[in-house]
Amino acid sequence: MFSRSLMPLLAVAVAGVASLADLPTAQAAWDLDMPVGKSVLADEIMGLHHLILLICAIACAGVFAFAFYTIITCRRSTGAKAAKFSHSTTAEVIWTIIPTLILVGMAIPSARAIIKIEDTSGADLSIKVTGYQWKWSYDYLNEDKFFFSTMDRASNAASQRGSGIDPTTVDNYLRNVDNAMVVPVNKKIRLLMTSNDVIHSWWVPELYVKKDANPGFVNETWFEATETGIYRGQCTELCGRGHGFMPVVVVVVTQPEYEAWLAGELAWNQVQQRLVATNVSSEADGGTVAAVQGE
Amino acid sequence: MTEHTAAAHDDHHDEPPTGFAERWLFTTNHKDIGTLYLIFSLTMFFMGGLMALVIRAELFQPGLQFVDPQFFNSMTTMHALLMVFGAVMPAFVGLANWLIPMMIGAPDMALPRMNNWSFWILPFAFSMLIMTLLLPGGAPAGGWTLYPPLVLQTGDAFPFMVFAIHLMGASSIMGSINVIVTIMNMRAPGMTLMKMPLFVWTWLITAYLLIAVMPVLAGAVTMLLTDKYFGTSFFNAAGGGDPVLFQHVFWFFGHPEVYIMILPAFGVVSQIIPTFSRKPLFGYSSMVYATASIAFLSFIVWAHHMFTTGMPIAGQLFFMLSTMLIAIPTAVKIFNWLSTMWKGELTFETPMLFSIAFVLLFTIGGFSGLMLAIAPADYQYHDTYFVVAHFHYVLVPGAVFSIMAATYYWLPKWTGKMYNEKLGKLHFWLSLVGVNVLFFPQHFLGLAGMPRRIPDYPTQFADFNMISSVGAFLFGFSQLLFVAVIWSSVKGKQQATDQVWDGAEGLEWTLPSPAPYHSFNEPPVIK
Repeated sequence: MFSRSLMPLLAVAVAGVASLADLPTAQAAWDLDMPVGKSVLADEIMGLHHLILLICAIACAGVFAFAFYTIITCRRSTGAKAAKFSHSTTAEVIWTIIPTLILVGMAIPSARAIIKIEDTSGADLSIKVTGYQWKWSYDYLNEDKFFFSTMDRASNAASQRGSGIDPTTVDNYLRNVDNAMVVPVNKKIRLLMTSNDVIHSWWVPELYVKKDANPGFVNETWFEATETGIYRGQCTELCGRGHGFMPVVVVVVTQPEYEAWLAGELAWNQVQQRLVATNVSSEADGGTVAAVQGE
Repeated sequence: MTEHTAAAHDDHHDEPPTGFAERWLFTTNHKDIGTLYLIFSLTMFFMGGLMALVIRAELFQPGLQFVDPQFFNSMTTMHALLMVFGAVMPAFVGLANWLIPMMIGAPDMALPRMNNWSFWILPFAFSMLIMTLLLPGGAPAGGWTLYPPLVLQTGDAFPFMVFAIHLMGASSIMGSINVIVTIMNMRAPGMTLMKMPLFVWTWLITAYLLIAVMPVLAGAVTMLLTDKYFGTSFFNAAGGGDPVLFQHVFWFFGHPEVYIMILPAFGVVSQIIPTFSRKPLFGYSSMVYATASIAFLSFIVWAHHMFTTGMPIAGQLFFMLSTMLIAIPTAVKIFNWLSTMWKGELTFETPMLFSIAFVLLFTIGGFSGLMLAIAPADYQYHDTYFVVAHFHYVLVPGAVFSIMAATYYWLPKWTGKMYNEKLGKLHFWLSLVGVNVLFFPQHFLGLAGMPRRIPDYPTQFADFNMISSVGAFLFGFSQLLFVAVIWSSVKGKQQATDQVWDGAEGLEWTLPSPAPYHSFNEPPVIK
């Protein structure tokens, strides 16, 4: 009886969840994990993340299982009587050694990955990235290309308090800029990070690259995108009132397109339109860039 | 003065002074000072909580609905400063005041006048800090980590904040000296160090940590002060300084600081779990050694907060490995608590419920900490909501739950009356659900790419933020029940027995309930 009366409710709930999933603006809304990477080091870093997550999840499940087993079986209300033991050297040695071995096992691949992350040698292209309150500038070294990258007007208008504009109607709300960084695919890009005022941090989740921009110092990092597309991120070091409003957008294009862009023959948003068109047409195979699905 | 005659009655002890100022303002009594600390802590907990609700209300939906981004940043900064220095630390000092003399068989703390002073600094320090909300330029908004150069952009609030931090540091150092002197000199005859209750042990180690690192914080904020007003360039590259130097100094304080907030919590649950398991604590000596190892390691892991600042490879490897080592003594502790419960005779009164939740949810926070230690992965986790989820799991269902467990556990000893158990359990279950709804989705937000400390966010983060905010309001309002339960004990009818809990062991349970004003006038005999 009870379950039958619940059935329509359940159907409504399922339909509700399904319709939520269909919303075009719900880009990756229920993501539980890091985005799939589109750079050379992404798989390795994501692999490490999954490995440590798995180890932690298994160990955590073990702890919870033992705790709940104890809670269920050793309660006074079921007539349990307290044992008197208060230590066991064997047990303590075992549960000291096992975590140690697991940690040593984790340390080796992690150390390898750090060494790769820090190896900025042999770059095809160097770009100096400067943080400002609250925008970025990109200076293509050895090229005549320097520009500022500020959050786009639509996001800016909608993000004003009491703007009355629904953020879900804005394209890539808070993740869109007037001028994006454009780089060629499959090329090692070296970034020289610095800042003009306070500390900022430059992050693109799908490219698996994040580094602080410290005023008066130059930090180095690198990435090599493996797929063309538009990758979006944000400043990740608190930098004042506009910290939430200085997006990072990287457009990865083919070498000829990159050269055309450098020569001023192609604007980054034209590339964007081309990329969106390709992505929409290839949506059937599911291999789309999450960040452009809303277009 | 009253002359005590031999063979006094149980209730033959000094009474507290009657006047309000004499009782509370001029008090030198460890119990009254402990009470003051705890009430102060609860007040700050609610004020900091209110700020958290402002944050979660703004983040309920994308877009800016309620506050200006600058005020939002003030809220995150002040929430953290109030919770860390105003709620959690004073709560543990309050517990130390109440419990250490009773646990080691002493009449009072060793340095009662300094005890009074170390408490009465705090209301002034925090009034000054909170007052900055009304100053031109607003309250500090550079984050509780106070990173320059951003923090140097603070308006008129800046010197007040620095002075407030100096006062808090002075208060903590005096409190710690008092704890160490009391434990070292006033233990009842026969109570050797390795017979001390674990709460006393963890506090002894915590007190040393405090004395070691609070001056470091004082130094760091003083350098900020001279950079801002006296033309020095400690953290200014243009004058030969380095902004990252501040981060090293800050985290050299900051990492021991997080253990300052969790070691006494370990002590609390190590007292409570054996009581409700009717079984001695499993591996007492390994618990002591594990606490000491964690304290030692806390000094050599600080830069794991700074992997993305541009550290050399050797530095990253060192701090990654040393951080991973902390997992070992922490795992030992978790296993010991579970083994204490194993084959015990468990009952589930409110203090035990909070303690079990502590063990399990602290495990989650511990494991996410281990994930953060893996430097290559930390490049992705760093400064995202994953970090927010991690440290709130160790601080809220960690430190805060242990404080609540301690309050429920010792409240009948303090007031002499039982609290309302049904209401206590309701408080526990609502807090448990609230805290997980609040913080668990933040793991997902961080992994998906939401940076921390932002007042507004891209629309794909909307759903989990909404869930998190619902959890925040549930957790926040549930805490009003905590006040109700405490009140139910203060005004309670049901007289508590001396032992209060049938499995409770330790000197404090040999005293009458409520405990006499001067705990032990005659040192008890330790078997």
